[in-house]
Amino acid sequence: MIEINQIHKVFNKGKANQVDAINGIDLKINDGEFLVIVGSNGSGKTTLLNLVAGSVLPTSGTISIDGNDVTDLPDYKRSQWIARVFQNPVSGTASDLSIIDNFRLAAIRTKSKGLSIGVNEAFKKIVKDKIATLGMGLENKTDQPMGTLSGGQRQALTLLMSIMDSCKVLLLDEPTAALDPRSAEVVMKTADKLIKDFNLTAILITHNLKDAYNYGSRIIQMREGIILKDLNTEKKAKLKQNDLFDWFG
Amino acid sequence: MDFYLTALLQGLCFSGIALGIYISMKIFNIPDITTDGSYTLGGGFTGVLLLHNQPSYIILPAVILAGAIAGALTGIIHTKLKINALLAGILVMTALYSINLKLMGRSNLPLNTLPTIFNLVNLVTNPNQNTLYILLFFVMIITLLIGYLLKTDFGIAMRATGNSETMIRALGVNTDRMKITGLAIANALTAVSGYLMTQYQGFADISMGIGIVIIGLGSVIIAEAFINWFKITSIWISLLLVISGAIIFQFVLAFTLSIGIDATLLKLVTAVFVLLIVSLPRLSFNRSA
Repeated sequence: MIEINQIHKVFNKGKANQVDAINGIDLKINDGEFLVIVGSNGSGKTTLLNLVAGSVLPTSGTISIDGNDVTDLPDYKRSQWIARVFQNPVSGTASDLSIIDNFRLAAIRTKSKGLSIGVNEAFKKIVKDKIATLGMGLENKTDQPMGTLSGGQRQALTLLMSIMDSCKVLLLDEPTAALDPRSAEVVMKTADKLIKDFNLTAILITHNLKDAYNYGSRIIQMREGIILKDLNTEKKAKLKQNDLFDWFG
Repeated sequence: MDFYLTALLQGLCFSGIALGIYISMKIFNIPDITTDGSYTLGGGFTGVLLLHNQPSYIILPAVILAGAIAGALTGIIHTKLKINALLAGILVMTALYSINLKLMGRSNLPLNTLPTIFNLVNLVTNPNQNTLYILLFFVMIITLLIGYLLKTDFGIAMRATGNSETMIRALGVNTDRMKITGLAIANALTAVSGYLMTQYQGFADISMGIGIVIIGLGSVIIAEAFINWFKITSIWISLLLVISGAIIFQFVLAFTLSIGIDATLLKLVTAVFVLLIVSLPRLSFNRSA
């Protein structure tokens, strides 16, 4: 469970360009919940996600994951619970490294990176079998550099990488924004399947209202750093796609 | 012919710098300028310790440690004080000039009569060949160590750091620590180059490191050209290419001198040569695109 208590985030405090990004948010996200966050640009969605991930630390307030207070933990320490998929496919994978090396790093996300060689035949076999489930024909290209793949392929692999090691929370920051419609659909379906299969707690930020409508068990709308609407599973099920469009009217 | 043998020996001496720059390019995407200082540090320290009749098994670890400290300093300045990596390197390099001068006591330390690693063991009677074998052995050990390191989980994380910092942090790596460690390793390798070169040429000089970073950079760029050309993914071949780059570089300089170009123009030739290898792939790429 993720608990966010009275979170505030102010950028450039006291300066002329001060931005009050998050203005006192309380949010409880239950285990296995798939939360979708919508909101216009500058509403604080990404800042909220970064606060959960730890790449931005709050001005005030507390955050806990599974009962552990993580408020002051940097992102690389929160990786023991959290896996992330970024908006830019380039951010989620290392271009110069082979697919197998990328997967190796993902497989030891929660562990220390030691002085032993972890990429062996047994490991390659596991990764190939995992990649084969995507049905993209990438399982025989594991020695290729990640940079030779398309954005859609890289996003799909990033998703797969997130469940290579124990994972409780999956953060998806507009994972399909840079993709064509067909790749976007593949990535969203893969994400949805993984979240269900592994009972992950997930947060999805999206500008795509169709995705917001189709996926997730709960939806919130943000504006100016606060939560404007919060619909649980029951209410979300009753929501019509047009209602969502009206939110932005 | 001796001319080219000398070039080969120098190239092997410089392979430490080349590997060091290869590592710093991987984690920063820019070459580490500390190199100029840590190379002289390695050379100067070797000279001082030799003059104090210290044995090899003390000199080498001491030189490695000194280089590592210099690199770690650059890393700490860059990551903890948030100073641009290029500037951090320049700052440490500048400070090292004074430290090196203080350490050496004067600007040049001749070591002509002192025993070095190159006359410690005599495998063959020809001194140049003997040096070659010892250097080859040295470079082989370094390459094996670095190659193994880069293949470990730690090494993969290090190689990924320059690629995507957001990703590698999300995968649980403290990138600050990774950069500091990486720069320490890179500069330790550079210092080893200074250690080898000082003993090979028989003196340490305060100006031996000026502009030396370009040798490492040139070697890596030559190697990268081949790596991209043949789409090489193997770490071992990449490392061998980097070392070959260092040797090719010295061959080019030796060739330049042999066709009678004024030695004072050597740095100019070096710069133009690096410019050429940097720009040639881009020029041909633009045409085909």
